[in-house]
Amino acid sequence: MKTIDTCGMSCPQPVLMTKKALNEEKDGIDVIVDNNTAKGNVLRFMKSAGYSVEIEEKDGTFVLKAKK
Amino acid sequence: MKEKSGIIITGGIIGLFAVLLVYFGNPANMGFCIACFIRDTAGALGFHRAEVVQYIRPEIIGLVIGSFIFASKNKEFSSQGGSSPVTRFVLSIIVMIGALIFLGCPLRMVLRIAGGDFNAIIGLVGFVFGIYVGIFFLNKGFNLKRSYKLTNLEGYLFPAINVGLLALLIMAPAFLFFSESGPGSSAAPVWISLAAGLIVGALAQKSRLCTVGGTRDMILFRDNYLMLGFLSILAVSFVGNLLLQKFNPGFAGQPIAHTDGLWNFLGMTLVGWASVLLGGCPLRQLILAGEGNTDSAISAIGLLVGAAISHNFGLASSAKGATPNGQISVGICILILLAISWANSEFLSKNAQS
Repeated sequence: MKTIDTCGMSCPQPVLMTKKALNEEKDGIDVIVDNNTAKGNVLRFMKSAGYSVEIEEKDGTFVLKAKK
Repeated sequence: MKEKSGIIITGGIIGLFAVLLVYFGNPANMGFCIACFIRDTAGALGFHRAEVVQYIRPEIIGLVIGSFIFASKNKEFSSQGGSSPVTRFVLSIIVMIGALIFLGCPLRMVLRIAGGDFNAIIGLVGFVFGIYVGIFFLNKGFNLKRSYKLTNLEGYLFPAINVGLLALLIMAPAFLFFSESGPGSSAAPVWISLAAGLIVGALAQKSRLCTVGGTRDMILFRDNYLMLGFLSILAVSFVGNLLLQKFNPGFAGQPIAHTDGLWNFLGMTLVGWASVLLGGCPLRQLILAGEGNTDSAISAIGLLVGAAISHNFGLASSAKGATPNGQISVGICILILLAISWANSEFLSKNAQS
């Protein structure tokens, strides 16, 4: 599974990076975010693109795992 | 739906408070205006000497402190920065120049439309056009690189500066400037303005409301979340104005506005374009600065400097329209925006996204 790291990126980069990565890896990706705003935005985007999402928290960051 | 009700309520409360602040004394169609209020604060500090727009606006202080308190309470305060701060400083100066050519930030643009000011609809068209231009570069890979975690003190300083501004406002030492006429002299009582700022600051922190993000996310991701907040501000302030009989439709004679369509359009084009590159509108920059984002604190300081430049160099419009210097500055700002947009995109690298 491809992983992209959006830590430190400001709006709307985390969602843009997710969108671009999902265009290349249609089966799913892992996205690391480091704040609640990006978490909410990326989660909303993944769901609206038709993915199911699992969220893991570790050390103040979140990994959003999108799967078809 | 629970998530969306939060942003709709936030927008509604902003719309309501905006109408009430005018009722209690703020200038017409200016319950909130981040650009105007930072400009007034710059004037009170003597950074510019436009006598009619000098007052330390408690709304600004409230927004920053409200965001700070709420973010701290919810463990969302995070001191960070280092994402191209000088570029952000320059972009914010341009946002302010554009806003003062139009005469309002995106939030006041909405409030002007809700008050029946049709000139602001032309501003809105320019604003959306500017957002489209910014999105063109976002799709070409534009970004300002990542930020990094910093010491907590770094993040505390901007909220602390705002506490200092509040102290200055209350003590009103003789070296400050307070307008005796004009928009700077029209203000709701300090505690009402401060309370409105605190409440809106907390709600905007919670809901992430952003007037630029609404249009941007609709175009980029077909995501209507932030747009709902934008529309909610418009709807509630419109109804509030109708009830208080403050709705006066038309182009001519609108409060703190001019009828120069081209410059209303271009002023807001600068605001939309530069705000997309910054990642948020002036309101959002204040909220983020309260959360410890020092890149946004730099943006807020850029807005302050931009206001001083606008008035000292005669760039800001008046009810008579845009000034010659203002018109020239729009051209210069467009060239700077093109250079910043191009240099931070991926035109030069092979893997540029189409």
